Amino acid sequence: MSLLLKAAVKEKFFGFASCLPFGALAFVFLFANVRSASALPAFARKYGMPCSSCHEAWPKLSPFGQAFKDNGYQMGNDRDAPIFQNPAYWPVTFRITPNWHRESQDRTLVDGPNGFLTTEGQVTIHGFDWSGLDFHTAGTLAKNFSFYVLPSSDNTASFHFESVWARVDNILGSSWLNIKLGKFELDNLLSEKRILTITNVAGVYANYHFQPLVSPGSLAAPGAVTESYTFGIGDNQVGLEYMGHSKNDRTRVSASLLSSQDGQPGLPNGRGYSGFFTASQAFQLGSLGVQRVGAFAYIGNMPTYFQFTQNGVGVPGTGIGNKSFYRDGLIGMWYIKKLDITTMYFHGWDNAFLGSNTPSTSPLPTDANGAPARAPTWNGALIETHYNFNPQLILINRYEAIRMSRQVFATNPGNFGNEDVLTFGWRYYPFISSRAGFAFHNEYAIMRRREASPVTAQDLTTSSLLAGFDFDF
Amino acid sequence: MSLLKITKLGAALLASIVLPFAVSAQQPQSQQGSAQPATQPAPAQQPPPAEKAAVAPNRNAPMESHIGKYSGHSAAGRQLYFRYCWGCHGFRGDGNGENAPYLNILPRNFVAATFKCRSTPTGTLPLDQDLYNSLERGLNNSNMPSWITLTSQNRADLIAFIKTFSPRWQTEKAGDPINVPAEPALTLQSIKHGQELFQKLECWKCHGQEGRGDGPSASTLTDSNDQPIRPYNFTTGSRFKCGVTNRDLYKIFLTGVDGTPMPSFGDVVKPEEAWDLVHYLRTLQVNKKSPELALWMSTSEGAAIVSAQKIRGTPTGAGINQ
Repeated sequence: MSLLLKAAVKEKFFGFASCLPFGALAFVFLFANVRSASALPAFARKYGMPCSSCHEAWPKLSPFGQAFKDNGYQMGNDRDAPIFQNPAYWPVTFRITPNWHRESQDRTLVDGPNGFLTTEGQVTIHGFDWSGLDFHTAGTLAKNFSFYVLPSSDNTASFHFESVWARVDNILGSSWLNIKLGKFELDNLLSEKRILTITNVAGVYANYHFQPLVSPGSLAAPGAVTESYTFGIGDNQVGLEYMGHSKNDRTRVSASLLSSQDGQPGLPNGRGYSGFFTASQAFQLGSLGVQRVGAFAYIGNMPTYFQFTQNGVGVPGTGIGNKSFYRDGLIGMWYIKKLDITTMYFHGWDNAFLGSNTPSTSPLPTDANGAPARAPTWNGALIETHYNFNPQLILINRYEAIRMSRQVFATNPGNFGNEDVLTFGWRYYPFISSRAGFAFHNEYAIMRRREASPVTAQDLTTSSLLAGFDFDF
Repeated sequence: MSLLKITKLGAALLASIVLPFAVSAQQPQSQQGSAQPATQPAPAQQPPPAEKAAVAPNRNAPMESHIGKYSGHSAAGRQLYFRYCWGCHGFRGDGNGENAPYLNILPRNFVAATFKCRSTPTGTLPLDQDLYNSLERGLNNSNMPSWITLTSQNRADLIAFIKTFSPRWQTEKAGDPINVPAEPALTLQSIKHGQELFQKLECWKCHGQEGRGDGPSASTLTDSNDQPIRPYNFTTGSRFKCGVTNRDLYKIFLTGVDGTPMPSFGDVVKPEEAWDLVHYLRTLQVNKKSPELALWMSTSEGAAIVSAQKIRGTPTGAGINQ
């Protein structure tokens, strides 16, 4: 394999590697601008129901809202088809969040006396800002034909399609037969698109996007590959989804066949496919309410190099040398009166070639003792607690922990790359209506990544503080 | 983290908390009080004078509901009501929620305590179980969805709270449920007799000869809110407003649909005649498979009628797709 080809592979599949010097801080700044969440006053306007009907606190769905979504955005009262709407009705919603926020990261890679990007320093910024913009348009084309198109921008108004799908619902009159095609959020029981936290640190679930680091101190070990392929179970994916549920939505199952593109358009990777599977069961526990337990598994593969290049750059879609990975987990959603607690166990495994960012035609890299790279594995846990004083005020707390159980290199410190993320905040909705939504949002989140600083291989700490007006219409 | 940094962080966090609350104090509290936003359109329909004169209910008086093993409590139901229901039914339960002006079948007025779907005689209060069934089923062809995703306890609590809106629940008991005898065997004779009753009882005047809801009186009908109301169209509907089974249809016929022009026929027809009519009405549902339709289509007369009706179905979403 030529050096050029290797360069192309890195450029295409492991593009973050070259960006790592700016690493987590860039991650932090970027994520705030691509937040894309679902809360649709367009539905509230269509059905005349307050947002509190479908949302425990928007954008998080209530069981009733989940059933509405699973039914293909239909109430099932034979008035779901557009023919029953005023012709002027246009199912569009937008959401944006002007805010003040503060971001801080210690041990950020900066220029030093010895040259560019040779030392670490604490970088703190704060000021008034705004989020990205989501334009949701969704609903029914006819009875049992639903759709969702979501152009989403960062805060420079650079748009991409976050969701593009159509769904045939209740095939043969059965709620167990629903088929969706396009780009969509995986049927995650804990939906990242309906996450209640929006800071740069906690605007996504760390477990959903975690990918193990290869070796500590990228600059301390020149040439070492330090970032893996790009994949997140929280990312919207492209494919075909089967979903079925009982009439009362207590039982839900889904299976998806996905292109291994991590939701990118134009088939830039290879020709591989992945699968995602979920199942959950809800049950009533005395007077406490409906509890839900479920499981999920993502079984994927990703190419490790391009079959062809042009001027050293990989030809999109010709990635081969697929290697596998998987993510799986268990989720419990517990409701105790006004308190609800979500718990999740998460497990991940990457093939050694993916984990070490190595084309499958090359030998695996070795550590200082000459031992080859291994398939990394890790475990994660999440506990998220909400206290609903009433439909207008919700307190939020979340803790995520990720622990490596097998490092890529045996010589890596055992805790290298471990993560902890702590978040707390609250949202207050000064009015609840069937026309629009508005929330005072306040949140603080802090993340620590063990021994992950780029030069000194010490702990890397990142924090976000945000106060904003989160609104949609 | 140094003490200074922690102090700065704390100050910023405090500011982020205090500022929004200061602003929120200027906002109308839409849920807690009964004040409507200044921009809200005027209600489409004021309550009838009799309802205005009604004794104001004691909203603080706790109410209960009893459905099977579930006992509902109004205190718990209140929280649910102000999460799910007030947008249509209103803060006072009078059916004047902020969305009511935009609905062409107005939301139920709980103050009047007149309910469509009952197993009790016309004019009487329904059983708790009747209200529970309506919550579970939803009301077809209206904006009222099924609330089957709520727990049974939630629905029982909601019913208890709904009963606090009207003084009727404090002074009256629910009516005695009507007796529904066992359904007789389906015969062609039963269907034919039902067809005769359909003419004799002049059901066709509202529902039309083919059950399309387009009878000569249809355009003049109004409900208790003086809103135009269209008779049920048997040919496109797969479900009735108050259920899906033959037993449900029997009850609709015998109890009437209070608040609409659909009267009770309890004093007019005998039980066996009511079942005959049920069997015939099923044959008008030409787009829904049923034993009655199959038997009816086995005759040349029935096949010709059904065939003609099916041709007139529309593919627009309001027609055969329903």
